[in-house]
Amino acid sequence: MEFSQETKQKFQEILSHYPVKTAAVLPAVHLAQEEFGHISEEIIEYLAKFMDMSPVFLKNTISFYTMFKGKETGKYLIQVCSTLSCSLMGAGNIIDYIKEKLNIDVWETTPDKKFTLVKVECLGSCGTAPVMQINDDYYENLTEEKIDEILNKFTNK
Amino acid sequence: MKILLKNIEEPDYTGSIQDYRRKGGYTAVSKAIKEMTPEEIVEEVKKSGIRGRGGAGFPAGVKWGFLPKNTDKPIYLICNADEGEPGTFKDRIIIEKDPHLLLEGIIITSYAIKSHQAYIYIRGEFVYGANRLNSAIREAAEAGYIGKDILGSGYNLDIQIHRGAGGYICGEETALLESLEGKRGWPRIKPPFPAVEGAFRCPTIVNNVETLANIPFIINNGGESYAEIGVKNSTGTKLFCLSGHINKPGIYEFPLGISLRSLIYEHGGGIKNNNKLKGVIPGGSSMPVLASDEIDVSMDFDSLANIGSALGSAGVIVMDETVDMVDVSLNVAKFYAHESCGQCTPCREGMPWMRDIISRIKDGKGKKEDIDTLLDITYNIEGKTICPFGEAGAWPIRAFVNKFREDFEKHIN
Repeated sequence: MEFSQETKQKFQEILSHYPVKTAAVLPAVHLAQEEFGHISEEIIEYLAKFMDMSPVFLKNTISFYTMFKGKETGKYLIQVCSTLSCSLMGAGNIIDYIKEKLNIDVWETTPDKKFTLVKVECLGSCGTAPVMQINDDYYENLTEEKIDEILNKFTNK
Repeated sequence: MKILLKNIEEPDYTGSIQDYRRKGGYTAVSKAIKEMTPEEIVEEVKKSGIRGRGGAGFPAGVKWGFLPKNTDKPIYLICNADEGEPGTFKDRIIIEKDPHLLLEGIIITSYAIKSHQAYIYIRGEFVYGANRLNSAIREAAEAGYIGKDILGSGYNLDIQIHRGAGGYICGEETALLESLEGKRGWPRIKPPFPAVEGAFRCPTIVNNVETLANIPFIINNGGESYAEIGVKNSTGTKLFCLSGHINKPGIYEFPLGISLRSLIYEHGGGIKNNNKLKGVIPGGSSMPVLASDEIDVSMDFDSLANIGSALGSAGVIVMDETVDMVDVSLNVAKFYAHESCGQCTPCREGMPWMRDIISRIKDGKGKKEDIDTLLDITYNIEGKTICPFGEAGAWPIRAFVNKFREDFEKHIN
């Protein structure tokens, strides 16, 4: 496993904006997650060589950040905010509704590997609570109808 | 009086550089770079009295003044776009809807502090925001506002977006620096302060998005004009974030000094379902809750501090009579337990301990002594940690217990 030529070029461009290579660790891991889907042990070994650092040190860093996935997840990662404002506006009900619809528990993936459901902390969209993020996109002012619409859209893809 | 939402509130405003310039954008950067010295700009910002909009409220001009006057090291400007304080969603609207306002503020500030490299540290979840900013940077660079020899002045500036990857603590300025350097977001002991030794051991200024977005106005109109808005020691306007059990949640820009009651009832439309107010958090979840009889307070830094709370990020979270403050406390305690970076024993051990006690109380398994134990834990965290995250997790729980003790006691009998 290694970065594509295109990704290597992207990385070089990014690196040119920093005074030291280590500062480009987060950008490099983001690139890796985009290219490989999740950050396996194998990828950590590769990235460590790529970044000229020890795998243990790199793994130590990566494990701190919630967005870096150590395991494969479904095609659509459903991240429901469960912090205060969303909670006041019914995040608990949203989570229960999705659990029921997809027949999975939090932290689980549907058998067809389409959806994984997780709870996350404040997404910074409290005024439109309850809110969830699916992969890169925010979905706000959630209702059961909206969730049906969103999940159907992804199921039919 | 709108400084920050002036453009955004116009119906067809797209945030493109054409729209921004049509509304007078980029005149401040021209004035700053062509007609003012860096020292003159710092003076204007000091005169404005603007206090940091990220949560700590430290006067920006004073912070800039801490930079060493003569240094061989490169100076860095970091825009803190790691917005993560529960109840806060104001930086996002500037980033997504008026990115050039932020960029102009960054360019002027970089020039003022003699920095040639600025980073925008944006939380990883704001993917759309990062993309939006990257487009805006390209537009601004093409127009000659970023890059080499800006406006023919000889001044060079690069602005780089640096995406975070999750972790509330990375919004704390020294944790942000660690993260920028490619490490775990572990806060550093201060001193040394970032202005002396920050990113890559070089002098660094970290400012919040909203703080920087005010700089063009200050340059265009002068620091004294800015200081005439708001109240003494809390000058200018603020983006107030209303959420929770309020009829009209959203972002509201008002001069500092507006009353919390007015914000909730006059502008926010009052409580949903005409319910009674039970409590309101005025400045993001790190700040002590206010009871319903405490809302005749001026929303400014000093007034809220005087009643034992704080303006913070101005994340106003409204809670009505249907709420059990034990549930709220549990939600908040879970958040701080989850987000603790783990460096300091009082925080790493104290946050989950409070969460577990509150959880036990909620499940009806609480003991009488538990409430006082909770308070005791808060006093053993406060002042005993490397960074203010300790206070951020301890103060709220103390306030919930002190002001809503009946809610806790109810579960214990």
